[in-house]
Amino acid sequence: MSKEYEMVIGLEVHVELATKTKIFCGCSTAFGGAPNTHTCPVCTGMPGSLPVLNKQVVEYATAVGLATNCTINQNCKFDRKNYFYPDNPQNYQISQLYYPICVNGGVEIETADGGKKTIGIHEIHMEEDAGKLVHDEWGDSSLVDFNRSGVPLIEIVSEPDMRSADEVIAYLEKLRQTIQYLGASDCKLNEGSMRADVNLSIREKGQTEFGTRTETKNLNSFKAIQRAIENEKNRQIDLIEAGEKVVQETRRWDDNKEYSYPMRSKEDAQDYRYFPEPDLVPILISDEWIEDIKSRQPEFREEKMVRYAEEFDLPEYDIDIITANKKLADIFEATVAICGNPKKVSNWLMVETMFLIKDRGMDVEDISFSPENLAKLIELTQSKAINGKVAKEVFARIFDEDIDPEAYVKENGLMAVNDEGELKAVIEKVIAANPKSVEDINAGKLKAMGFLVGQTMKEMKGKADPGSVNAILKELLGLE
Amino acid sequence: MSLMKMTAVELGSRIKSKEISAVEAARAALDQIKSVEDKVNSYVTVLDEDVVLERAARVQQEIEAGKLTGPLAGVPVAIKDNMCTEGILTTCSSKILSNFKPGFSSEAVLNLEKAGAVILGKTNMDEFAMGSTTETSYFGPTKNPWNTAHVPGGSSGGSCSAVAAGECFYALGSDTGGSIRQPSSFCGVTGIKPTYGTVSRYGLIAYGSSLDQIGPVAKDVTDCAVILDTIASYDAKDSTSVKREYDFASALKDDVKGMRIGIPKDYFGEGLDSEVKEAVLNVAKTLEKKGAIVEEFDLSLVSYAIPAYYVIASAEASSNLARFDGVKYGYRTEDYEGLHNMYKKTRSEGFGPEVKRRIMLGSFVLSSGYYDAYYLKALRTKALIKQAFDKAFASYDMILAPAAPTTAPKLGDSLSDPIKMYLGDIYTISVNLAGLPGISVPCGIDSKGLPIGAQFIGNCFDEKKIIQAAYSYEKTRDMMLSDMCV
Amino acid sequence: MANIISDETIEYVGILAKLELSDEEKEQAKKDMGSMLDYIDKLNELDTTGVEPMSHVFPVNNVFREDVVTNGDDRDNILANAPEEKDGAFVVPKTFD
Repeated sequence: MSKEYEMVIGLEVHVELATKTKIFCGCSTAFGGAPNTHTCPVCTGMPGSLPVLNKQVVEYATAVGLATNCTINQNCKFDRKNYFYPDNPQNYQISQLYYPICVNGGVEIETADGGKKTIGIHEIHMEEDAGKLVHDEWGDSSLVDFNRSGVPLIEIVSEPDMRSADEVIAYLEKLRQTIQYLGASDCKLNEGSMRADVNLSIREKGQTEFGTRTETKNLNSFKAIQRAIENEKNRQIDLIEAGEKVVQETRRWDDNKEYSYPMRSKEDAQDYRYFPEPDLVPILISDEWIEDIKSRQPEFREEKMVRYAEEFDLPEYDIDIITANKKLADIFEATVAICGNPKKVSNWLMVETMFLIKDRGMDVEDISFSPENLAKLIELTQSKAINGKVAKEVFARIFDEDIDPEAYVKENGLMAVNDEGELKAVIEKVIAANPKSVEDINAGKLKAMGFLVGQTMKEMKGKADPGSVNAILKELLGLE
Repeated sequence: MSLMKMTAVELGSRIKSKEISAVEAARAALDQIKSVEDKVNSYVTVLDEDVVLERAARVQQEIEAGKLTGPLAGVPVAIKDNMCTEGILTTCSSKILSNFKPGFSSEAVLNLEKAGAVILGKTNMDEFAMGSTTETSYFGPTKNPWNTAHVPGGSSGGSCSAVAAGECFYALGSDTGGSIRQPSSFCGVTGIKPTYGTVSRYGLIAYGSSLDQIGPVAKDVTDCAVILDTIASYDAKDSTSVKREYDFASALKDDVKGMRIGIPKDYFGEGLDSEVKEAVLNVAKTLEKKGAIVEEFDLSLVSYAIPAYYVIASAEASSNLARFDGVKYGYRTEDYEGLHNMYKKTRSEGFGPEVKRRIMLGSFVLSSGYYDAYYLKALRTKALIKQAFDKAFASYDMILAPAAPTTAPKLGDSLSDPIKMYLGDIYTISVNLAGLPGISVPCGIDSKGLPIGAQFIGNCFDEKKIIQAAYSYEKTRDMMLSDMCV
Repeated sequence: MANIISDETIEYVGILAKLELSDEEKEQAKKDMGSMLDYIDKLNELDTTGVEPMSHVFPVNNVFREDVVTNGDDRDNILANAPEEKDGAFVVPKTFD
């Protein structure tokens, strides 16, 4: 008996907004910092403190809503979500339930068969993030740090429109690209500035009714999302096949053990007792304000693609890769602004950068080198101050540590030897030491040329320009 | 005249004219506290004498240097213990905050300090302002200075009794359902609950956020207007703060000619003590004689205000008081096993019965399946009550009503039956629901020798009208002070 | 009393409110809540059809802060009242997500 099943997946995506300050107080949102050094009475729930809304949060949320084809709720309000947990200083979270800022949107994704599909967005709401709990491995206590408490979030709630892990990833990629282009968030999954909770249920193919869904949390990478979806799908199918019932519950994914477990507790009633937040007033978003937000929106990918073709004359293939990620596009533009040469810059980004990202197991978001140093490197190769092989080595250092290539090349004596006299002397020496090869060449076995070039490079410790070596060799052997 | 019988404004002007120094005034208040505090228990915390006198001396210097020129410079004040005072114990009269010293002061207190106030201490109250008698305090009940067998009212009972017993020259209270006006009437003092949004709530430890307002308690209307001018301000830290003009003292005019005063018939029916009724109606007659136009009318919906209030206030309180959990501040239980046990034991040991009762009720009315039936129903009722007032204020400049149905009950008489206690707020509660200003002024003494209070209710932002009416009325009677105030 | 509060309800509300009541307190709470709800049920006499629930009395809208950092490190102050503190953090009994 092999029934065919289909997954029904909806996502709740939390995105930390790129504001300088928290949603309800003037504390910095900067990462790091010793515990509780970015806190004040408001974000630690001190008695008597009151929240005041950061305007930028409304603007970012509106911008994301517009970019995902949502209707902006022009009269929206905050509500309190009540639950006890130590990372939640007031034991209520200020969020939106009854009148969220954006509703009824959707984004288009490409499916595996190359088709298009729209994933509906039910709503987007604004809320505050919780603090961080550090669990003492050995002792019987946990430590609470409120530095992240009150960092602004938007929660993007999709419709249950996804049917596979691939669609989930495509939807997340699309959201991430859109939000990054807006500059509303850096959307780093591994640092938690983008977090996806997966609501998943199973039904027999052809059925129209939904099965009982579970919610899986703690997914910190696309890979983890993929694994968790497969795992949850199989778990639910096994339950159904065994004649058991899927329990509606929240589960926590452990990516190391590739296993999820229920987060239930008898002390957790899941009854949030939402009610309108009396300490905050309604937000009216006028047509003028929406127009103003629209007019200040940065260039979107589609616009960038057109501009890159016109302004930089890049091949479509390059444009597709470079603009797929806002961060890459930003580095590209900044580098070209310094050293010109769009095609060279594009090559470095598409080939070496992508290779190193993969090699180091990183994300494009994690790129930390400066456009200045990439530009300097390109200039060094253009002027033939270093050869291609050296350049690759130097780039790896730029990629990893953002070193200054000029200083690095000098300090390590990597400058290409372009002094023709010196080069000639070395080549003459190589010719003299390899009479057999010269014989072969004279006999028309031009393959031996490569050996002599290699020997010369070896003598030069890699610092010669292979083109120049070739040319001088040919000249000395009278092959021209 | 003895120092402690002076009003705040009288004292302020004598300090200014160098007849009295701020230090002398502070010392007199501290002496009075020493002599009567055992009998009344107005304070949770009286500041160290050295601290108070040092502050008074500094204020005196600034007055002499011409830096402090306001009417309240150098005048000693008491603050209700639900307003944060930096480095000074702020308990809300609860065990759960019995060791809490805030890191900042509430905006109203800062405004007073800027005006040269000398803080004497923090006054007793019903725990978290939940109560009408000041008997629910963790630190024991406050007693009425007019008769210590009776309650002072509540929840700002400590502030009102401190003013009535001459233990300070004026005080700050807070009013969520009548907590300034009702104890003012029980203690024979004057108190204003301003329009919602007039005084910043920043630093006021919340009970019912949509209803809470800070206001003055003092010996007369002049004091109250001047204090309100001082504490009211637009505060960017309080999103519900309202930008408006702050010139309440300009309304201190003895003139009610042509003022239209409505007497809600439904406030003068069953449940109202006959002596209170007579005294309040006498106020109307007095004002009529002075040229006001007095008319009876039907306000309607009166009996729905209390149930609506208890749903809204308890719901907000259940959420506002969730933060007291033994993690960040305040009391934490001694022995516990795990997090949830720690939460439960801390809160069960830290809160008193009335607070628990309201937290339970509030949690219930917001819980799944009941929100619409209780909470939304109450918010709809609130909208109707607001409409009823809007209608009334289309015809009248203000409403005259009792502040409470009776004079101060005996200690221990109210707590046994919560609903009976809640009914005591019937004339004050709807004012909070509609965000209106109200002032309570003494208007007589009953046969038991206890003060009676009349309440003027104004339309939103119409404080000046009710101040003017109350001031005009006050001009027709003598100052009322308890025997304790010497 | 029209509203009879069950043991389960009191138990459940105790979980929501994080209050642990003794048996005696539970019985009292059942009685109190029942009579309060009876009293509150008076609101059902009112026809509120079509009435918008009013959470804010005044039409004050759009109160915002600009996105500018105004707070520095205030940790000592924030931790000053902590029942238990370690390494600049609040200490709670061990929790599991």
